[in-house]
Amino acid sequence: MTALLNINQALSAQAAADRPGWLVQRQADGLDRFQKQAWPTRRTEAFKYTPLRSLTDHEWQPTTNQGAIPGIQFDHWHDVRIEIRNGFLTNVPTLPDGVALKRFSELSEDERNSLSRKLESQAVDFLFDDLNQALVDDIYCLSVAANIAVSKPIHLDYAMSGDQQIVVSQFLILVDANAQATVAETFTAEGGAQFINANTAIVLSENARLTHYHLLLEEGDIRHVGRVSATLDRYADLNSFHMAAGGVLKRKDITVCHKGEGANLNLNGVYLPIGKEIIDYHTTLEHEVPHCTSEEIFRGIISDEARAIFNGRIHIHKDAQKSVAEMNNRNLLLSDKAEINTKPELEIYADDVRCAHGATIAQLDEKLLFYFQTRGISKAEAEVMLSFGFINELLEALTDDPVQQLLRPMLATLFAQKKAELARHII
Amino acid sequence: MLTIENLQAKVEEKDIIKGLNLTVRPGEVHAIMGPNGAGKSTLGNVLAGREGYEVTAGSVLFNDENLLDLDAEERARKGLFLAFQYPVEIPGVSNMEFLKASVDAVRESRGQEAYSSVDFIKLVREKSKEVNLPADFLKRGVNEGFSGGEKKRNELMQMMLLEPTLCILDETDSGLDIDALQVVAEGVNAQRSPERSFIVITHYQRLLDYIVPDYVHVLAGGKIVKSGGKELALELEKEGYRWIEGENA
Repeated sequence: MTALLNINQALSAQAAADRPGWLVQRQADGLDRFQKQAWPTRRTEAFKYTPLRSLTDHEWQPTTNQGAIPGIQFDHWHDVRIEIRNGFLTNVPTLPDGVALKRFSELSEDERNSLSRKLESQAVDFLFDDLNQALVDDIYCLSVAANIAVSKPIHLDYAMSGDQQIVVSQFLILVDANAQATVAETFTAEGGAQFINANTAIVLSENARLTHYHLLLEEGDIRHVGRVSATLDRYADLNSFHMAAGGVLKRKDITVCHKGEGANLNLNGVYLPIGKEIIDYHTTLEHEVPHCTSEEIFRGIISDEARAIFNGRIHIHKDAQKSVAEMNNRNLLLSDKAEINTKPELEIYADDVRCAHGATIAQLDEKLLFYFQTRGISKAEAEVMLSFGFINELLEALTDDPVQQLLRPMLATLFAQKKAELARHII
Repeated sequence: MLTIENLQAKVEEKDIIKGLNLTVRPGEVHAIMGPNGAGKSTLGNVLAGREGYEVTAGSVLFNDENLLDLDAEERARKGLFLAFQYPVEIPGVSNMEFLKASVDAVRESRGQEAYSSVDFIKLVREKSKEVNLPADFLKRGVNEGFSGGEKKRNELMQMMLLEPTLCILDETDSGLDIDALQVVAEGVNAQRSPERSFIVITHYQRLLDYIVPDYVHVLAGGKIVKSGGKELALELEKEGYRWIEGENA
């Protein structure tokens, strides 16, 4: 019973559309499952600290605008920029050799079934996945062919514009055996109240390597809920960076599953809620097979009356001997009213593994602030520099300079807020 | 330059400084020695304006201005410099970024123009060579992973860049081997000038072999209990602090 979320308007518009049979069935299945689920409350473990009131207080409409909406452009990156506007693929540039972008609606039944199975293999019991399936009109699949190393980064530039609208998207990213690629997903929005439900599923074949950015940069009256899931085959390598800042509510569930021996994951992220924003990351690492490694670092800076939730689960299956998995979550609270709920969870069923997890919550260290002051730097500026420094370690680890160049000024502005002139020190 | 009269201060409700008098004139080097727990480091922190170090009585004039009215950063901008016993590590904030912010702030308050980035980098490279710090440290986090000696040399370099008029060296010798101590002491000596004064806080006489003071004061129980010339340090080294405590008992 999910009557609390008002999507009736969005659904009826769908019904009027001329939809192919497979889509009708897929959406009906999604809707059916969605409606059978209970709407999360504070007693729902996965949403215990994440109030969803901001989702239920609107009558969400389907999106109408697929026109020109400014997105984000990286400087000096020579990226291949694919525009996704209000959930729809609107502009596909010439793609590098070995890279293909397909719409499920254009595929043969066999192809579609084959890709659907990949997607379904990553399905979990998650309310917003069902919602996504109920509403999404097409699925986009970006694929990199075997043995191709794509030198140009591929930018999935999601931009939203509208009011009272719900925007859904589902991307499937396939990197075939021995292929390499960089994919950056950025989300921005303009306009009024919006509810974004964006899913990305990643499949890395044997020895495939992907550098992946998933940056939730929407500001304003925005809610963003969705999932990033990935499966890694033998010796596959996923290097993933997440960021969330701005908006009313952001909730991302990240699931990475080691399916082949020797797979490696680096998963980093930062969340920076200010004002009364709520940002929630739920991550799950599944070690299903032996000899895989995972390293996860998430850091948050929570200001004002904002709230953050971090839930990091590591699940080492019975057969996954010699697993190495480390997770670390550090949080900086900048105000007395800021709130962080962090929960590391280790579930280990194999006996020969190396796992570690840690979570810390701190305020700015008075000793450090004093050191700045004795060098003539005001306390306010020291706070900005220290906050920035806290996450700068993760930014510096990014291998793509243009991503750093995009994020640094944003962060500088965010921390400095009205003290924008201080940004000059961030060089 | 600095006149401290009847200074009393407490930390966490505990009286540490209990009526301290000290006058430092331009160009002078004063050593403050004393046993552990005498209040030496507290004095440094009080003068530099650290929160939680509460002055309960007395006055401190710095260039005829009431120092105690100023925030820590204002004191620094007006020419007071505290070299820390244990400089903190600041991961994520690069040395270069930190130095630029610091020098910009101090120069701005003095009405001096900010250095351009290019000029500043040049200047810092020069200074880092003088204190024998490798160039790559500028990109690293402030003091991050530095050895004890490197941290102290970094303090010295900051001092050189900020050009303070009063330098308080808090146990600069701690954690340094004799070679590192010599390097730092030479650097400090090179900074001595008729306009610049030093307060050298130390437990051991050793440092004063290299930084030769004009005056030596013994701090015990929160007060200066004995003052003299540099020979007092040698006497202390020979007799130990118990000698002073015995004399004052």
